[in-house]
Amino acid sequence: MNLPPALSLPTMPTAPAPTSTRFLAACGGAFLLLFLACLAVAEAPLESVMGLVQKIFYFHVPCAWLLMLSTLVCAGGSIAYLFRGSERGDRIALSAAELGVLFGMCVLVSGPLWAKAAWGVYWQWEARLTSSLLLWLMLVAYVLARRYGGTSARRLAAALALFAAVDIPLVYFSVRFFRSIHPQTTVVSTLGPGMRGAFWLSLLSFTGLWFVLMSLRLAVENAQARIVELEVLLDQAEEKKS
Amino acid sequence: MTGSFWRYTLLIAGKDLRIEGKSREVLYTMGFSAALVVLVFSFALSNATDPAQGPITAAGVLWAATLFTGTVALARVLDRERENEAIRALLLSPAPRAAIYAGKLLAVSLLMLAVEGVLVVLVGLLFSAEVFAHPGWLALVLLLGTLGFAATGVVFSAALLRSRNREALLGALLFPVVIPVLLAASRATACMFDPLAPDLEPVAFWVRFLLATDVIYILLGLWVFEPVVSGE
Repeated sequence: MNLPPALSLPTMPTAPAPTSTRFLAACGGAFLLLFLACLAVAEAPLESVMGLVQKIFYFHVPCAWLLMLSTLVCAGGSIAYLFRGSERGDRIALSAAELGVLFGMCVLVSGPLWAKAAWGVYWQWEARLTSSLLLWLMLVAYVLARRYGGTSARRLAAALALFAAVDIPLVYFSVRFFRSIHPQTTVVSTLGPGMRGAFWLSLLSFTGLWFVLMSLRLAVENAQARIVELEVLLDQAEEKKS
Repeated sequence: MTGSFWRYTLLIAGKDLRIEGKSREVLYTMGFSAALVVLVFSFALSNATDPAQGPITAAGVLWAATLFTGTVALARVLDRERENEAIRALLLSPAPRAAIYAGKLLAVSLLMLAVEGVLVVLVGLLFSAEVFAHPGWLALVLLLGTLGFAATGVVFSAALLRSRNREALLGALLFPVVIPVLLAASRATACMFDPLAPDLEPVAFWVRFLLATDVIYILLGLWVFEPVVSGE
């Protein structure tokens, strides 16, 4: 691309490139942790009442944590975009929202599978399940607004992210405020020693995976923003030439 | 500052209500579509014979109709500002953005409450529900439910003023956010409509929940309205 010297390319903050050594090392670390977590979950003792099906816990809880983390990051990015006009904040918010949809889907699939074995039904209209479903629906609405709302819907989507963040305390504390058959938030501290190590390793490895996916998604968003900028510069250059 | 905030709020709400008083467009279209929603549910559920489900059904229909007709009110009241670029004049006026938000919230809530008055009577007639067993509690739940709905709806419909497919997007984006309000309101209403309910303790619980949600949603609305509409 031959641009006139007057039109210098702007520099943009970027996430580590997906091919950089630092990024590849982080990927390797995250996948090694995941592998170790799989081994630890397989080795963890069986729960006395539910048996093997309780092992969904090691997948379900980390996914639920990442759903909440994604929503928080999405809301943080949206605040930066709404109040400081930060384009990077907007890109972080979109990337986090998409990951929230992904991990929310994992929660909403693994939860009913576990519920069928534990409660005898796939779905129960109780506070924790309903509030988690609503949180996921808000993130789906955010992604829909970003995909089909055009540029004018970006601010609206950012506002939606803030309303979604309000739902997080409701999801977390719902089992205390309402009568609920869902396990309490204190269940982790009651785990046996063999289960506790596997749980924390699983949580850590899923969080590592989230950071890797987030870096990749953000790199795609940054590249897209750069392409748009270059197209604008090219148009300007062609206008000058003609 | 506080005095001018309330003055501008009342001016903006008064302007919208005066326009509505002359055209009655939103009231008539909302009222008619609300009646249609209740009738459709009534036809569809006419064979439901379990009397224990009666209050739950009546409350669900009341709030489902409120949800659909409230969306009509939101779209229309904010849409008026698009005509002749009135929104630009409104944003350039000395009125604080928070007062514009509060004025619109007040106007939409009052219009919705007027239609809900008719809806309650219609639900009582068609579903044989004891809608006036606890009129004070019912009025409070209707007020809090409507405020919670309008508090988010005004932000979203203002932000969608320039969007290409705003009719489709408004429902898709607004409904997930307002569902907690509608769930709480319909649970409280079902308890009030139930003649066999032992006491009104669940109603008091859901009213507290609605109050907390309304305060959070209104504060959030006041906070984000300015940056959301500043791109208009």
